[in-house]
Order: sequence, then C-alpha cells, then structure tokens
Amino acid sequence: MQIELIYILILAGFVGFEIIKKVTPTLHTPLMSATNAISGISLVGSLVAAGVAGGGVNSDISHLLGFVAVTAATINVVGGFMITERMLKMFKKKERKS
Amino acid sequence: MNYYMEFVYIISSILFILGLKGLSHPETARRGMHYAEVGMLLAVVGTLLSGKIITWEWIITGIVVGSAVGAAMAIFMPMTAMPQRIALSHAFGALAAVLVGINEFIEKGHLGELTSGLMGALGFEVLFGALTVTGSLMAFGKLNEMIKGAPITYKGQNVVNISLFAVTVGLFVYLIFFPYEPVIFYTMIGLSLLIGIFIVLPIGGADMPVVISLMNSYAGLAAAATGFAIDNKVLIIAGSLDGSSGFILSIIMSKAMNRSFANVLFGAVGTPQVDTTNLAEARPITRFGIEDTKFVLEQAERVVVVPGYGMAVAQAQHTVRELSDELEKRGIKVEFAIHPVAGRMPGHMNVLLAEANVSYDQLLEMEAINPTMDTVDVCIVIGANDVVNPAARTDKGSPIYGMPIINVDKAKTVIVMKRSMATGFAGIENPLFYEPNTKMLFGDAKKVLQELVTEFKKV
Repeated sequence: MQIELIYILILAGFVGFEIIKKVTPTLHTPLMSATNAISGISLVGSLVAAGVAGGGVNSDISHLLGFVAVTAATINVVGGFMITERMLKMFKKKERKS
Repeated sequence: MNYYMEFVYIISSILFILGLKGLSHPETARRGMHYAEVGMLLAVVGTLLSGKIITWEWIITGIVVGSAVGAAMAIFMPMTAMPQRIALSHAFGALAAVLVGINEFIEKGHLGELTSGLMGALGFEVLFGALTVTGSLMAFGKLNEMIKGAPITYKGQNVVNISLFAVTVGLFVYLIFFPYEPVIFYTMIGLSLLIGIFIVLPIGGADMPVVISLMNSYAGLAAAATGFAIDNKVLIIAGSLDGSSGFILSIIMSKAMNRSFANVLFGAVGTPQVDTTNLAEARPITRFGIEDTKFVLEQAERVVVVPGYGMAVAQAQHTVRELSDELEKRGIKVEFAIHPVAGRMPGHMNVLLAEANVSYDQLLEMEAINPTMDTVDVCIVIGANDVVNPAARTDKGSPIYGMPIINVDKAKTVIVMKRSMATGFAGIENPLFYEPNTKMLFGDAKKVLQELVTEFKKV
C-alpha cells in the first residue's frame, strides 16, 4: 500500500465534504441515489475480479464472486443513475401567474 | 497500472465531482448527473479495454443481468417506495465490495502476497461492507414493513452489540498480523453481518433517515477500502465522495433530531415515556370540519403546509397539490415547510411533492420559514407531529427538548390533520393540539383533503 493513496483519500474526502455541504436539502434524496450510483464504481473492481482470475485452482470461485459482484454493482450504477434522472425530472419550477 | 488507465480514471473522478456539484441547485442537477454518467462510462469502458481482462462471458452476463434488474427497478418502482429502494441499493453496493474483497483474499492468499497493509484494506472493506449489507437489508425490511417497524429491544442489548463489535475488531487486528487465516477472515465477515442486523434491530421508523444516511456512508467507505485493496484511485475518490456525503447527511439528520450518532445507534427509543399527566383529559381541543377549514383558508393571504410521514402513508401528496392550486387560484400564497427528518429518508417529502408537481421554489427549509412564521395566516399540518411539537422549545422535561422544530404554533391559525389524538412516533404528548389557535381536523389525510378540494371546486 502506498502513502499516496491515503493522500488521495483524505483530499477527496475534503472535496466531497465541501461540495456536499452545498447540496440543497431539497435534493437530498437524489443526492443519495446519485452517490450510490457513483460508488457503484466498485463495478470496476468487480470487473477485474470477474475477468482476470489469476489462473490456478480458484478461478471458478473468482469468476462466480466476480459475476455476482458485477451484477450487484451494475444494478446500482444503471438503476442509480436512471432513478436519479427520474427524480430530477420531477423537480420543476412552475410558472405562476401571481 | 499504466498511464492510459490513470488518465481515464482521473477524468472520471473530475466528472464525478462536477456531477455532485450540480446538485447544489435543481436547475443544474440534471446536467451534473450527465457528467457523472459519462464519468462512469469512461471508467468502465476504460477498464474493459485496459487489456487486463481475460475472460468476458461472466462480465457480459453480469452487466446484462445487472442492467436489466437496475433499469426495471428504476422504471417501475413507485416514488413512495424510494426509501426502500435506497436502502436496498446500499446493500447491493456493499455486497459488491465484500465479494471483491473475498476474491482478493483468495487470490492474494494463493500468490502469497497477503501483506499486513493489504489485509488492513481488505479488513475495512469486508467489515464495512458486510455490516452495510445486512444493516441495509434490515432497514429495507423495516421500511417495506416486512419486519416490525417499531424498535426491537431486549435487556443487555447494548452489551451484546458492543462485545460483538469488540470481538470483530479483535479478529481484524489479529488478521493484520497473521493474514493467512481463512477461518478467522470468514468468521470476521460472519460477525460483521450479525452486527449489521443487531445494530438496526432497535432502531425505529422515525430514526430511519439517520440509518439510511449512515449506511450510505459505510457503503462509500467500503468502496474506498476496495480502492486501497486493489490499488485503484478512482474507487478511492468515488468511495470517499460517497462516504462524506453519507456522513454529512447523518450529521444533518442527527442535528435535526437533537440527538448524537451514539444516541441514535445505542439509544433505542424503545419504550416511549407516555407522559400524559395533566394534558390529555383536562384541556379541551377545538375541532374543525371541512367547511370551517375552507372558510379560514379563504380568508388567508399566506398559507404554509407542513407535511410529515403521515402524508406519505396516506399518499396524499397529489391531493395536497390540488388544494394548493385551488388556493393559488384565489390569490393565496402557498408554501411548504419541510423539516429535515420529516419522512423516512433525507429529502423524502421533497421528492413526493415534486412528483405531485409542486414547484421546487415552494419547498422551503425549516430555517427559511421559521423567522416569518408569525406572518402566516394558516398553517396546515398534514401527518406531522413531533417535528411541530412546541414542547421541544418550551418544556425542559420533554424527551425532545432542544430539537429544532417548525414553529407552526406561531401562525395565526393552525389546522392539524390527523387520524386521531394518538401521539407521534416518540410517544410524546403534543401541547400544540390544545393551543387556542389550533384546530383539529380528524380523518384520513387524503380523504379530508379530497373533500376540501371538492368543496373549493364547487364555488
């Protein structure tokens, strides 16, 4: 493990903190489904697990674990972004006469 | 890790950050999500083309199945089921992290590359991941009413939970020094799964916003730990964005309930102190009928609606909007005041009202509405109770004393729509109901509102 990864973690944490503080409370539910979709990036990790399988005796288990992980993460990525869009579409500003 | 992949991942990370930045306003939110989607596409396609992938059939099957299930859930799930869906998706995300962690443990174990550092990352990954899987499934079960929504408590619960947690952490520490111990590794995962169940067991429906936010945070941390384990920077960045988002939401939710994290997790509002001493029988309430309500509303210039979980249960959001339209037609200003913990997840009321076509600039936060509450002619409280209980402001002995509330009692007239005189989730008597300016309108929120709208339309 390299120290630079810890740098990245901490700095990204700060960036996240500052940005999310500014998210309007009205959009807190879309925020949750959006961050959920984004953290479905573990899909990338799952891809490697499912597709690389470093040979040897365990490659079947690797493929199976990877397959389930890819499926679960894809559900989050695809479903998460779609439902966020669906919600955001509903937030409209009405033109009112007054 | 080659430069090509690093480049793709850094672009993805920037797009994710820009995407979340868009959520600061409803107008920029959708464009922001498009950025984030492109970022995700880049990261996934980039990984697929990186040359590291050898077998494709599992990946393709997984992506096809996952996309189909995800899309079906996104399209067909009703907005009212949003809290459940969010809880479920935390479970999926965490499950992926745990499985990748187990895989990494097996692979690296075989190659003899399980260093203490790697084990530390893997440990965090499966610990947070596993407890998020079961914790979120429990939350899902409670929200979906498959499990009793009320807190489930027993004697010595906190002792059991804390010892379980201590043992699990102990195993984790052991593994860091002696990583080649599959039995310990899997036992640790098993115990984390148990912790997830036990930790949510005593938490009741009204505390769900905190639990959901916390699970959001844990799922993010699990993803970030995965990034450490497989040395992938975009995972660390996306994971910490998710982690900090959940963390901030948990803080906002806890503050809105005037409770600490620890209190929500270990405090189990299990046995509500039903303190009805001098309030219940002694003081009279004023009942209102449909016509009285209509009369008062017609005289108003400014009306504020305060929705609560009861509105979601009664599915009354569309009827509320119809009423608001009728009032606006008569030149009455209508706004909605939303308490941060109204409902079962952060932003629950906002989503329901947006679905019912309420304009987002009518949705006001508690802090925005309170200072001008005394200029409000009529405040309509629909299915909210504890979040408008003035005892939080005045009664030092009240369990909710100090909790920020929407000061509806300062409005000239308050109309409370409620099924009965039953207490809210916290089981606390609400002095608001006995105030001289409070009128009680009993009945199912949706039915009552429907009658009111019909009455308005008659004219």
